[in-house]
Amino acid sequence: MNLTRRNALALGGAAIVVSLVPVNAAFAATDLTMADIAAFTGGADVTEGGIELTTPEIAENGNTVPIAFSAPGAKRVIILADGNPSPGVATFSFSEMAISEGSTRIRLATTQDVIVVAELADGTYTQVAKSVKVTIGGCGG
Amino acid sequence: MAKPRVKVPKTAAAGEVVTIKSLIDHKMDSGQAKDKEGNLIPRKIINAFSATFNGVEVMSVKLEPAISTNPYFKFSFKVPETGDLVFKWVDDDGTVTEKTKTITVE
Amino acid sequence: MNKLIKAFAYTALGVAFATTAYAGENKALVINEEITIPTHAAAYEGSPLDELISGWEFRKAETQALQMDDFDNPAFIFIDKAKDEFAKVDGSEGKSCASCHEDVESFKGLRTELPRWNEAKGKMYAMENYINDCRTERMGADAWKWSKSKMTSMTALISLQSRGLPMAVKTDGPAAAAYEMGKALYYKRVGQLDMACSNCHEDNYGVMIRADNLSQGQTNGFPTYRLKNSKINSTHARFKGCMKNIRAEPYGQGSDEFTALELYVASRGNGLAVESPAVRN
Repeated sequence: MNLTRRNALALGGAAIVVSLVPVNAAFAATDLTMADIAAFTGGADVTEGGIELTTPEIAENGNTVPIAFSAPGAKRVIILADGNPSPGVATFSFSEMAISEGSTRIRLATTQDVIVVAELADGTYTQVAKSVKVTIGGCGG
Repeated sequence: MAKPRVKVPKTAAAGEVVTIKSLIDHKMDSGQAKDKEGNLIPRKIINAFSATFNGVEVMSVKLEPAISTNPYFKFSFKVPETGDLVFKWVDDDGTVTEKTKTITVE
Repeated sequence: MNKLIKAFAYTALGVAFATTAYAGENKALVINEEITIPTHAAAYEGSPLDELISGWEFRKAETQALQMDDFDNPAFIFIDKAKDEFAKVDGSEGKSCASCHEDVESFKGLRTELPRWNEAKGKMYAMENYINDCRTERMGADAWKWSKSKMTSMTALISLQSRGLPMAVKTDGPAAAAYEMGKALYYKRVGQLDMACSNCHEDNYGVMIRADNLSQGQTNGFPTYRLKNSKINSTHARFKGCMKNIRAEPYGQGSDEFTALELYVASRGNGLAVESPAVRN
């Protein structure tokens, strides 16, 4: 599926459907993010879904944004912040002892997509993306 | 001197999945912020975190400057036997901070 | 502000609480799944506020959650450090804090009373003053800077001993002059934006100021870990930040003015439970 902004608009009334399908961020992602994903996957195809990603809809402070993911069966997981000057956030590696999930706190420079790509046990790749609004201003800065 | 905190259950059943938390105080200077005089503060972050159980790596993380100040991780693993869980944080300057907790299988 | 507008503003404010304060999954502040801390308190007689509300209520669910577990709350790394510092000998007299104050738990309740009048010194004393007196006069050690990490870590550790107890600063007797001075400062418009503390924290709490939800400016959570600067912040450092935001020249940290203001603002929260170290934006 090649979801462009034009196509998304054309879907019009089906907007709910669009929001249920995790935003196909890889296609909208910056070149830097695409390069990081390619480096992680070695250029292999990436499917959608199979990862649960928990982020606040609106982050109170971009300095400390709590995120959590669960990617059952994943050996490696990369987290990317598409709107940061440098998209890399962290790469997790899991042994057979570990459950393929994790939580951490990340920095987001602005409102943007957080993208998680996982390498599954069979060597295939899957991804999910979520938009996080980052508020700035006010006195909390 | 960085001071780590970890939350590890003292006991577990064999094969039980336990949840672990870790936190270490570190500024995580990204290399992009400037000081009061307008000079770039050089990058200095914790770049690697790992947990090893009885000598076998459970999980590890390669950190980038987008990880927040005072890095926090929560993860889970299946405890196979009684043993030591060793946490390790590696600073850009080469400093390694370690902390060990024993989990006893009952 | 005329009464009608004011009534409207408060109605809007009620809505703001409904959408921001209680929209999250955290309906009550329960720490470590065992310590319930009341975040509302009845206003004392003569209070300018209808109800006293902790700053915790004005934060988003994710920020609230950071305070609901002492492991997730990053202030506790610094509390661990302060525990080491408490036992560490420093200065010419060969003493540590523990040499005189065997157990830090003996400070239970202290946080609720500060700042208070120090008769021997003839002035108002905040916790930082007491700590530095101990360091310089008893230990023969250097004074700590008001808002540097060693001081804020230690005030956090000592304040933690009073967690859950209601704030109860004295405003009469020898403290009355400082109370009046603090009150005058609270309502005095200053800076290029010509604003007083009250304009935000009394007239407009619960209202968004750009992207931030204004609180009552209560100090029951101080010293507090702020996401903004990822460290523990003293009350005076927060006052300084507010004054800079309104383009005013801040008073010095540890000055008579800020200690008087600390007393007055603390008194506005008399009855609210101590949350130190809280987590705020």
